[in-house]
Amino acid sequence: MFKTILIRCLQILPSLFVVVTLTFILTRMIPGDPARAVLGPQASVQDVQKMRETMGLDQPLVSQYKDYMIQIAKGDFGVSYSYNQPVLGLIAKRIPNTLLLAFPSILIALIAGLLIGVTSAVRQGTLVDYLFMILALVGVSMPIFWLGLMLVLVFSVHLGWLPVLGMGSMSSGIGDVIRHMVLPCFCLATIPTATFSRITRSSILESIHGDSIRALRARGIRESVVIWKYALKSALPPVITVLGLQLAGCFAGAILTETIFAWPGMGTLIVGAIDNRDYALIQGAVLVIALAFVIINMLVDVVYMIINPNVSYEGGF
Amino acid sequence: MSEALLTVKDLKTYFYTSGGVSKAVDGVSFQINRGEIMGIVGESGSGKSVTSSSIIRLLPAGTGKIVSGSIDFDGTDVLALNKKELLSFRGKDVSMIFQNPMTSLSPVFKVGHQMTELIRTQQKVDRQSACRLAEEALMKVGITDARRRMDSYPYELSGGMCQRVIIAMSILSSPKMIIADEPTTALDVTIQAQVLDLLKEMRETYQTAILLITHNLGVVWKMCDSVMVMYAGKTVEYTTCSNLYHNPLHPYTWGLLDSMPRLGSESEEELSTIQGTPPDLRLTGTCCNFSNRCPYASEICKSVVPELKELEPGHFVACHRQGEEGGLMRGGVDQT
Repeated sequence: MFKTILIRCLQILPSLFVVVTLTFILTRMIPGDPARAVLGPQASVQDVQKMRETMGLDQPLVSQYKDYMIQIAKGDFGVSYSYNQPVLGLIAKRIPNTLLLAFPSILIALIAGLLIGVTSAVRQGTLVDYLFMILALVGVSMPIFWLGLMLVLVFSVHLGWLPVLGMGSMSSGIGDVIRHMVLPCFCLATIPTATFSRITRSSILESIHGDSIRALRARGIRESVVIWKYALKSALPPVITVLGLQLAGCFAGAILTETIFAWPGMGTLIVGAIDNRDYALIQGAVLVIALAFVIINMLVDVVYMIINPNVSYEGGF
Repeated sequence: MSEALLTVKDLKTYFYTSGGVSKAVDGVSFQINRGEIMGIVGESGSGKSVTSSSIIRLLPAGTGKIVSGSIDFDGTDVLALNKKELLSFRGKDVSMIFQNPMTSLSPVFKVGHQMTELIRTQQKVDRQSACRLAEEALMKVGITDARRRMDSYPYELSGGMCQRVIIAMSILSSPKMIIADEPTTALDVTIQAQVLDLLKEMRETYQTAILLITHNLGVVWKMCDSVMVMYAGKTVEYTTCSNLYHNPLHPYTWGLLDSMPRLGSESEEELSTIQGTPPDLRLTGTCCNFSNRCPYASEICKSVVPELKELEPGHFVACHRQGEEGGLMRGGVDQT
């Protein structure tokens, strides 16, 4: 198993190289001039030209790319033009906010999704099953910006129970932050809950029709143990795959949700960076997100091996 | 000692599907005594497995239903058991061995864990004693390095080893009866013999009755005291093993016997087969189910359902023609 993990670690490097290269090329393809974006529309052509030279943008692309790669290899992500701060510091400040929103949402979605999925599967074809699956369909298909606005309209504007936007501050107590989290978390959990429900349902259905479950029942094992222990554990791998993708996606921030609720996370940071043609910030953020993706995917593979040890022999990495 | 342990009377198990009602088991009666090994033979779809699942009431929820009949197990009316009683009946009184040992154990838990879980649902013991009991059970079925096997996942064991583990699990609670649903079909021949010997040994040691479901008549000769031949959900012949061997009476049984390869027969000789295919189980129950394939069928066979009659003492046969005066002679009709 350790050999497998080591091999997976080495495989991370080429993926990251590709990501860095692609982001470099793509940011250069966005129309607009970063120097102009920094100085504003009133700046003279000479000033802009000077700015371009200080930013190193007058160099040929190949040499810009070479410089950037060397810089990254040294662990230096550069300085954001628009914030005039080191990129890494900016990201480090935003990621905790994003995760504060994302982790509870994913956790709620996972628990709710498993409960709904298992219940639906056990009661396949009953009213409960249909009801849950219709809800799941609605959950997946509902536009998040619309849901977010409706939640704000009902719970903040009309009922006045919860704050409209922002993330509150720790100085006014943890309760304040939690109150600010409720609506965005709900918003963010909707789609994953629906996804987990549907995946759990189909995976459980597959496992409860298997021979091993029939054998457990024939041996007089209690139905609750059969379902929640044996059937659920063998049904977990697809759920974990999705969980891994969702978790990794968390690091990118939820652009829509963060924008609606003015939550200072990665999503709003990246949108701002793209608006300002902030090359260093875009590249840095994308690299961090990509890193999160590959590491979490590796962890998912490890968890697979723990749940079903057979995988490590058949997987053939 | 011929005290009845399991008495099944006129059992009917139907499957309600969108395509109609499938009469998987359509009026089956038999009796198993304590310590007896009874075989049920028949081709695929004849209702052998459904019969055995019906005994422990393990039918697919929603579609399968026992519509009539009675199942009496050691004085208990199985069909009247509530959910809780049923669980203890399944684990403690009757245990079941399935066809494919590799898929009868959960792939995601270690063998030892699955065994101790079972022990602890059946008896009030702590984890350590459960472990010890599991180890003892594995030794009883001839697994020498029991400790190490308990720490393995099922995929790390061979098919024969898995079946031994399953047999060990099935004797944990010293059940009065084991239902073995084609226990050797998925194993290779040498392992088959070992598993059958093991089952026989369990019977000798614990006086456990065994209901052995198979489509292999060779297994029946080797193992069983009595045997029931099923065809399309009905009993066609039911008698002792030696009666069936020496004096089979139903034309379907003849067909089965003739289609067995024989040791010492000419290798050039073509194996005989029963012509045609079994009937659609949704359409059975209006005549003798075998009449469309039976070389001896007459008018009455195609219009009246034959009853199971005791033609000789302890020899039940469901055949109109065999019941007639004079009866039928095996091979009396040129089958070609």
